[in-house]
Amino acid sequence: MSITAKHVTKQFGNFTALTDVNLEVPTGTLMALLGPSGSGKTTLLRIVAGLENPDAGVILHHDEDVTERSPKERNVGFVFQHYALFRHMSVFENIAFGMRVRRRPKDEITNRVHELLNLVRLEGLHKRYPSQLSGGQRQRVALARALAVQPRVLLLDEPFGALDAKVRMELRQWLRRLHEEIHLTTVFVTHDQEEAFEVADRVVVMNHGRVEQAGTPQEVFDHPANAFVMDFLGNVNVFHGRVHDGKVMLGNLEVAYPHESRADSQDVKGYVRPHELDVNREPADGAGVPGRIVQINPTGSVAKVRVMSEDFGLAMNVDLPLERYGELQLAVGEIVYVAPRRVRFFPPDDYVI
Amino acid sequence: MQVETQWLKPQQPGRRVQQEPALLRWSLIAAAVAVISVLVIVPVVSILVQAFAKGWSVYWRSLADADTVHAIKLTLFVAPIAVIANVIFGIAAAWAVTRFRFPGRTLLTTIIDLPFAVSPVVAGLMITLLFSRRGYFGPWLLEHGIQILFSWPAIILATAFVTFPFVARELIPIMDALGSDEETAAVSLGASGWQMFWRVTVPNIKWGLLYGVILCSARAIGEFGAVYVVSGHIHGQTTTVPVRINQLYEDYNNAGAFTVASVLTLFALVTLGIKVVLERKTRQELEEAHSETT
Repeated sequence: MSITAKHVTKQFGNFTALTDVNLEVPTGTLMALLGPSGSGKTTLLRIVAGLENPDAGVILHHDEDVTERSPKERNVGFVFQHYALFRHMSVFENIAFGMRVRRRPKDEITNRVHELLNLVRLEGLHKRYPSQLSGGQRQRVALARALAVQPRVLLLDEPFGALDAKVRMELRQWLRRLHEEIHLTTVFVTHDQEEAFEVADRVVVMNHGRVEQAGTPQEVFDHPANAFVMDFLGNVNVFHGRVHDGKVMLGNLEVAYPHESRADSQDVKGYVRPHELDVNREPADGAGVPGRIVQINPTGSVAKVRVMSEDFGLAMNVDLPLERYGELQLAVGEIVYVAPRRVRFFPPDDYVI
Repeated sequence: MQVETQWLKPQQPGRRVQQEPALLRWSLIAAAVAVISVLVIVPVVSILVQAFAKGWSVYWRSLADADTVHAIKLTLFVAPIAVIANVIFGIAAAWAVTRFRFPGRTLLTTIIDLPFAVSPVVAGLMITLLFSRRGYFGPWLLEHGIQILFSWPAIILATAFVTFPFVARELIPIMDALGSDEETAAVSLGASGWQMFWRVTVPNIKWGLLYGVILCSARAIGEFGAVYVVSGHIHGQTTTVPVRINQLYEDYNNAGAFTVASVLTLFALVTLGIKVVLERKTRQELEEAHSETT
């Protein structure tokens, strides 16, 4: 079932958690709400679940206005960041809770709980109490509990936030596989862009209670809508320059400026990802910012090279593919020329790094 | 920096920071034991000794006295009502204080403790002021034939007022430590307010609640000052057990007074026993609440 949020606004005292947020989750998608802490992503999730009421705006579940409905009527499954398992209940009773409060027949409850224990691979642990489980197991119980009521939507609040790195990786892949099995419309909140990109079909980037950009991970990464998204989704080099006749001088490089400039000689910033920079011994095609290599760090698939340009007061981070690095035989202290394959400019006055 | 890190080092094993000479330690312990003996143990034992001084038959006769029996019945009628009222109030107050943020929240927490600060006699006078013939509500109620003062409703009011902090004070720290996560989870799974309360909240606070109920009951049964003022202490009609003891004593019926007093004392000893067990359970509950949330 699809979920739509229209013009949702929420205020907590003086703090504005959400400002005119629009969200569209098509049926069967696995969507990530991605943003730094305080960006309003959890509030939005709680409003979708009915655990919080918006000050303005509507929530639609498949064209149906559910803004005034209780969580029970909305029939959503919610997984909390710190699991929020019922500590005095066994795993079985935890999972059965939603069906018990709906007064389902005993046989049905028993069957469904065992089916779910199977699904989350916790067979045989139904008599344990939450305090006897590991973090990853608790999270899976929380998930099974949310799925027990056969929700039309599954909502997860920082589902892997409290787990250690290895378990987190496993659970991520497992969630992705689970989604492919049951195809439930799912929204999860995360502040980890890697997690969002690995798991989600679609990503919504939020900041300061607003949606900055929505799209597939590829779209968002390749075509960031603004400087915030660009910066939030990975490392970035910032070049300061001035617009002049539709051109920008970044160091000694002349680049075309794609936007209207309000005034002649206006300050602008160009953004370049580390992998979009190349290093040459000679200025290639007469272009390249000269600088001295101060650090080389070959890690995994790329060599991270740090170049300082004293002439222009620039520190540049370059990610070189390992073949290119091997071909160049770079050494610390060498003078090289750095040239961007691509520079992005965003309309001014929106975000300052 | 180095000095600071040295401070952070753990104490060397076998050496304690505070190490008083043995003489001082033992004299302190002896002093404490002496004070407790004189102030607590000797009086308690002597009440039991006095009560049985003239043998079992006198003891039973004193207990079977019509006014005494009535006093016991009245106490067993009044105390449970006051306790139930305070359980409801205590849960509601603890819920309000720990689950909501509202202006005056700190003030409410302070007001909950007010009956501890006010002398029971003053509490009794406050009720008299409200319900007497010339009080605020008295004239209207009397016109409608409702007698509060010098009757059981006033005794219940006085008892409930004096015992009102026990349950709330016991629940507030537990519910604070528990947080509202499990309750929110229950709501998200489709539980109604009552289902959430009975299936999730109550099981998590049960020991603390029971502990509060025990303390509240003990105090309710033993309350003297406020009840003495509002009841009019009419023989065989509005005397509770403590008031009855006072009457017997003033009538120079020492055997009778100590007999009834021994009943209250035995009840207190039983309460103490239950309290020790429950205290341990409550501490566990609180520790579990802390460990789960952190």
